[in-house]
Amino acid sequence: MLAKRIIACLDTDLGIRGGRVVKGIKFKKIRYAGLPWELAERYYKEGIDEIVFLDITASRDRRTTMIEVVEKTCKKVFIPITVGGGIKSVEDAQKLFRAGADKISINTAAIQNPKLIRELSKTFGSQAVVVAIDAKRRNGWFECSIYGGRKFTGVDAILWAKKVSESGAGEILLTSMDRDGTKEGFDLELTKKISQAILIPVIASGGAGKKEHFFEVFRKGKADAALGASLFHFKEIKIPELKKYLKEKGVNVR
Amino acid sequence: MITIIDYGMGNIKSLTNAFRFLGEKVKVAQKSEEIKLARRLVFPGVGNFGKAIENLKDRKIISVIKNSIQKGIPFLGICLGLQLLFEGSEEVSRSKGLCLFKGKILKFKKVKIPQIGWNQIKFQKKSKILKGIRDNSFVYFMHSFYPEPLDKSIVVAKTNYGEDFCSAIESQNIFGVQFHPEKSGEIGLKILKNFVKL
Repeated sequence: MLAKRIIACLDTDLGIRGGRVVKGIKFKKIRYAGLPWELAERYYKEGIDEIVFLDITASRDRRTTMIEVVEKTCKKVFIPITVGGGIKSVEDAQKLFRAGADKISINTAAIQNPKLIRELSKTFGSQAVVVAIDAKRRNGWFECSIYGGRKFTGVDAILWAKKVSESGAGEILLTSMDRDGTKEGFDLELTKKISQAILIPVIASGGAGKKEHFFEVFRKGKADAALGASLFHFKEIKIPELKKYLKEKGVNVR
Repeated sequence: MITIIDYGMGNIKSLTNAFRFLGEKVKVAQKSEEIKLARRLVFPGVGNFGKAIENLKDRKIISVIKNSIQKGIPFLGICLGLQLLFEGSEEVSRSKGLCLFKGKILKFKKVKIPQIGWNQIKFQKKSKILKGIRDNSFVYFMHSFYPEPLDKSIVVAKTNYGEDFCSAIESQNIFGVQFHPEKSGEIGLKILKNFVKL
């Protein structure tokens, strides 16, 4: 049976030499958590199922490229790697795949140019294309945001998810902006609504704070994968313990 | 020395890295002269079946690949590289595969596609490529299609995704896996090591 996946997200600031993994709260960055490839290797050895690198560099000066981060990581980490942040074209994606990425994740570019989803999936296959949706609760609906949560689009997240899945995306990385960094748990309602509306896997993100949250999002939220960041970076939850807990609760994990 | 065939279908960096991590020398081959010299051949690939056949035809390397296999050198097809060994695919009606095995490539029905993630391999018979690995181990899949060999005796592992499908084959010097050993952690590295040691 296909296992539920636990994914570690490494929000990476490339404005510093070598890059640094940072953790933000409600889309504003704060603490530094280490070198991206070192952290990725640690998670790999601890049994994480996948790694996601998101480029969240705010400054214009870049001292490192995501390509370098991916190349270094891929020499020692033999699980799937997804890269997101600032990818606007097939050429951008191509460079990352050549560096060793397995999937790319797009958000802003997909909303601004929905044809890009089809172009990418035709070129690299659906399985390589993740569309990230950053959703914010509104009165009775969820609104998509772009530019790392800085701009709202008026687009309904559920309708957009349907369109994305019909356009050839392989997965949706769904982040609840209301829960991101709060450690209050995933937005189960949002996750369930999207997961049931579409036929491609959904990765739930935003709000993980304890083991129980992962159980809930798989059972009640119907997520196919769940993503955590700072709670792994700062060892609040250890991956082997999380997996053991989920197994005991009857969730099929690796 | 491992020769990996590069015909423009997906990421071979990870595969190269994995073999190098195991201490093996790797040659990435695009031309038929390079493929001809291979002692161990890996045929990777992700993406569209029809596009892959087109690329192989453009590069004029179909016959050299088939000749190498018939010569008896160890050959490993991964994902699309496994699928291409069969006659054809539901993905495209007009493209013919390499026809080394009878059977077709089918699309998953009634389940979320692509299948993305870790799933278990259930052993069907003794296998060289899966030696030293526990039955029901998890490996990483990302695909919407799977092979349906006519000759069931070549199936060494099956996986369940809505239904049981063939996830690994073995026939003399030919090995094929539907999953990605280069992305399957320690288990995947062990499988690649088995191939190196053949």
